[in-house]
Amino acid sequence: MKFSEQWLREWVNPSLDTQALSDQLSLAGLEVDDVIGVAGDFSGVVVAQIIYAQPHPNADKLQVCQVSDGTDTFQIVCGAANARAGLKTALARVGACLPGDFKIKAAKLRQVESFGMLCAEDELGLSDDHAGIMELPEDAPLGLNLRDYLNLDDQIIDVDLTPNRGDCLSIVGMAREVGVLNQLPVKTLDTPAIPAQSNEVFPVELVSPEDCPRYVGRVLRGINPQATTPAWMASKLARSGIRCIDPVVDVTNYVLLELGQPMHAFDLSKLEGRILVRKAEQGETIRLLDGSDATLNDDTLVIADDKGALAIAGIMGGESSSVTETTTDIFLESAFFQPLSIVGRARNYGLHTDSSHRFERGVDWQQQVRAIERATQLLLDIVGGQPGPVIEAVSVEHLPLQPVVRLRHDRVDAMLAMAMPADVIEDILARLGMTLTSDVEREWSVSVPSYRFDITLEVDLIEEIARVYGYDNLPVRTPMAQLPLPPIPEAKVAVSRLRQHLISRGYQEAITYSFIEIGLAKQFDPEHEPLALANPISAEMAVMRTTLWPGLMKAVLYNQNRQQTRIRLFETGQRFISSDAGLTQQNVVAGVIVGNRDAEGWTAGKDKVDFFDLKGDVESLLGLGGQGAQFSFVASQHPALHPGQTAAIELQGQVVGYIGALHPQLVHELDVSSAAFLFEIDLDAALSGRLSRYVALSKFPEMRRDLSLVVDQAVSFSTVKAIVAKTAGEFLKNMRLFDMYQGQGIEAGRKSLALGLTWQHPSRTLTDEEINNSVNAVVSALSQECGASLRD
Amino acid sequence: MENLKNLLEQGKQAVETAVDVKALDDVRVQYLGKKGELTQLLKGLGKLSAEERPAAGALINEAKDALQFALDTRKSALEAAALSAKLASETLDVTLPGRRDELGGLHPVTKTMQRIEAFFGSIGYTVAEGPEIEDDYHNFEALNIPAHHPARAMHDTFYFDAHTLLRTHTSPVQVRTMESKAPPIRIICPGRVYRCDYDQTHSPMFHQVEGLLIDKNISFADLKGTLEQFLREFFEEDVKVRFRPSYFPFTEPSIEVDIDRGDGKWLEVLGCGMVHPKVFEYSGIDPEEYTGFAFGMGVERLAMLRYGVNDLRLFFENDLRFLKQFS
Repeated sequence: MKFSEQWLREWVNPSLDTQALSDQLSLAGLEVDDVIGVAGDFSGVVVAQIIYAQPHPNADKLQVCQVSDGTDTFQIVCGAANARAGLKTALARVGACLPGDFKIKAAKLRQVESFGMLCAEDELGLSDDHAGIMELPEDAPLGLNLRDYLNLDDQIIDVDLTPNRGDCLSIVGMAREVGVLNQLPVKTLDTPAIPAQSNEVFPVELVSPEDCPRYVGRVLRGINPQATTPAWMASKLARSGIRCIDPVVDVTNYVLLELGQPMHAFDLSKLEGRILVRKAEQGETIRLLDGSDATLNDDTLVIADDKGALAIAGIMGGESSSVTETTTDIFLESAFFQPLSIVGRARNYGLHTDSSHRFERGVDWQQQVRAIERATQLLLDIVGGQPGPVIEAVSVEHLPLQPVVRLRHDRVDAMLAMAMPADVIEDILARLGMTLTSDVEREWSVSVPSYRFDITLEVDLIEEIARVYGYDNLPVRTPMAQLPLPPIPEAKVAVSRLRQHLISRGYQEAITYSFIEIGLAKQFDPEHEPLALANPISAEMAVMRTTLWPGLMKAVLYNQNRQQTRIRLFETGQRFISSDAGLTQQNVVAGVIVGNRDAEGWTAGKDKVDFFDLKGDVESLLGLGGQGAQFSFVASQHPALHPGQTAAIELQGQVVGYIGALHPQLVHELDVSSAAFLFEIDLDAALSGRLSRYVALSKFPEMRRDLSLVVDQAVSFSTVKAIVAKTAGEFLKNMRLFDMYQGQGIEAGRKSLALGLTWQHPSRTLTDEEINNSVNAVVSALSQECGASLRD
Repeated sequence: MENLKNLLEQGKQAVETAVDVKALDDVRVQYLGKKGELTQLLKGLGKLSAEERPAAGALINEAKDALQFALDTRKSALEAAALSAKLASETLDVTLPGRRDELGGLHPVTKTMQRIEAFFGSIGYTVAEGPEIEDDYHNFEALNIPAHHPARAMHDTFYFDAHTLLRTHTSPVQVRTMESKAPPIRIICPGRVYRCDYDQTHSPMFHQVEGLLIDKNISFADLKGTLEQFLREFFEEDVKVRFRPSYFPFTEPSIEVDIDRGDGKWLEVLGCGMVHPKVFEYSGIDPEEYTGFAFGMGVERLAMLRYGVNDLRLFFENDLRFLKQFS
């Protein structure tokens, strides 16, 4: 809500400067967003008149004007095309100072002397208008200081009101609040009933009284269509950001600003039969004042006549019945629409108006008659005419109830942690327009005024007391609490530990958007149909990710395009999988590595990362919980990954993640500079762990044997490992793969694996014979089950 | 015996000129070995008379000891020199960078969230999390924001259908906690939230940390105390804190908190308030018995203020040059 400070001060005038007033409003919950001077900082500018203007002898575009300020006449050279004899305009005399500390001095322009300057609006900081010098009304008094004439020592205060404070969307509401805060009386506006000059009424029928319990109307005939809006009203409207249209509309807008009552004026000659306040027919159409066509839903209230909808109630009028420059007879509307009957509707039609803004939040349901009397008075003053009687259609049973709220003094004190004096409570609430009665000790019954839609509960009253008392004046303390110890499951790895681990392995944490482009989603995960937003902000952010990889790869590309050659990123977050079984929101940890294995350095190699770099990182990550061996990597397939370089990560037979090389096709399509390796693991699985358990240490020596095997390339290490584990006997303590080789010296299609096996018995020394038997059992099983031979 | 004297002189000469331990050993063998020249002299004692023998023997042994001493001394010197030479040859440029992996780093948003979690964790708050795709009930309804409430316009919401949406705040986690746990409740709810708004100062996805304290006798004063202390400790500055009335449907009274870090400008940093009795009722908590406060802060906003970041979009570009500044 924007308004003129001077207008407010006509109603209540605290001895505070503009800044202090703004701070006071903000600290009372009416947040001042901005304070703007209506004009720039200037002085020495007066109303003047051009006596005559003649062409400049030495310049085509300039004129030499003789200008009078009522006392003296000045010769002024002026470049404005609209400078003409008789025009009243703004004169900056010699010695004047314009915005930007621009001092006006006597000057010579192309050899002609000039004693001052005629001003355009932009030169005075009034607007951006530089079309010509100002054109002031003919009755503007010569010599009067322009600031006084146009009332320019004023500020526009822009208050960002919260939705609960619809009662402050008017000058009267703001003034009431300022009055409360400063303990000052507020001006009262007399709105005497304007006597009817005819008996003419236009009938009104409340078809939907639950939506519109009160509708007040009045006919006004014979208005002067040539009348213009007075300057004082135009300037108040302009300072509230409302454009002047014609006197009738301007008056309704003025009343909206002054009293907070939205009004509407119909062209009486366009109305047929009677006014019906009813719900729209589904699909009913209306052409609105802004020229747009709306197709209405049946949840929308309309003002109609016998022919059809005339206006969307409380939102916007229709074009067909609107007041035009030829209108001489009007029908005025001042109604109360229930907030719930209006709220959301404007938005549904892409509209937001000063009227809908107020009705959605609640308009004082007792002021409709007063508003129409006020508007009638203003109209009679400006456009004349003969008013008919005020007619009021009302359904009392549907009017809002005036709540009576119980307020307990103890509750106030407990909530605010202080002993708030009873007279302070009573004073604050009374000043806010509430009526207090007290039948019980330390309790009140508080009756809430009709303009406050936000007060129905005791806490609402406590909030008002606190707000007016001043939040900053309330006490401060530290909470007291009982503090039972929280559970800290030792077998679970903390997410922070997991992040820290990846960081120490060189990964940078990324945060990518949860919504991505559908094309990208399909490229990485064609098997899951991503959940689409109904109202995405853009095509790039349209569907929910089913994997973190697309976002991470976008981050990789972003950095690759900025000359980063070694990229390691990880992210933790939710992925969203919808299936017939419903939606799964799964926390995962995902990562990607691209580029050089080592950061560039004098000791570093130049190799690129490969699958095993990432696998090592993932293994160490999964080892944090002490149960890394429980996870297995099983050769697998994933649409986004290289078919020969993909492993499913399994825990207790369940797939909990994937690791692999980005599919070369995707590498190509995305234009990644080198191979990228990715992992994604269910976060709960990655954080799972076990509690450590002590096993007695053996005092007896370990025995080690190394085996050098040759197997087909297709035989996986995990197969070999499983056979060894099965056949090496119960005292096998450890098996390590210490070499893997294929190439010269090994038959094509085969590979050599070098295994180091260690045995140890808990309570005695193992014999050579026992070890040899174990080795023979391992070798023979490997030979039978996977065609392994010992390397020569 | 003249010969002995010469021999000793020669031996000492040879010791002095031996260039390394090997040459020195040759000298030892030449004079003191089994067939060494001094050893031979001892063996020749037999030719002397019994009267001459002790004196001659003593002289020879004296010469042998003298030579041995010279040998030992020379050996130590040579060894020390050799060690020095070896050490000198092993000198490294210790200013060369070490062999290492580069460290990664936390995202500044996570870093800020962890810091907030640490403060509240240390006074008994536990972290609660919840789904990001929420239903209308938990995101709005149960927070006293019925359908068509004007406050819904303050939350530009992403919808999937009429009842499913991306949470616009982490408050639904508070609701879910209140539904499942009896007071006292002390939680903070960090996480991603979504609003359909995108410009220089708005991101369609951002992070919040919300907090909730429900207990008997929790007052407005406790809320002020908690947040004032938090803001001072978070910024590690004696910031000025101001509490300004505001409006949220789920709290009453509602407050916006501004800080002034010494430049006279008030910056809005968080919203909070006393839990609205209707929110308690939705979750089955008796508002006559319990009171509580809730607060919510934008993590990016706090991170921007703390680290001097001036563009919100930087947080989601994941530019390594940006991210590395926070390692």
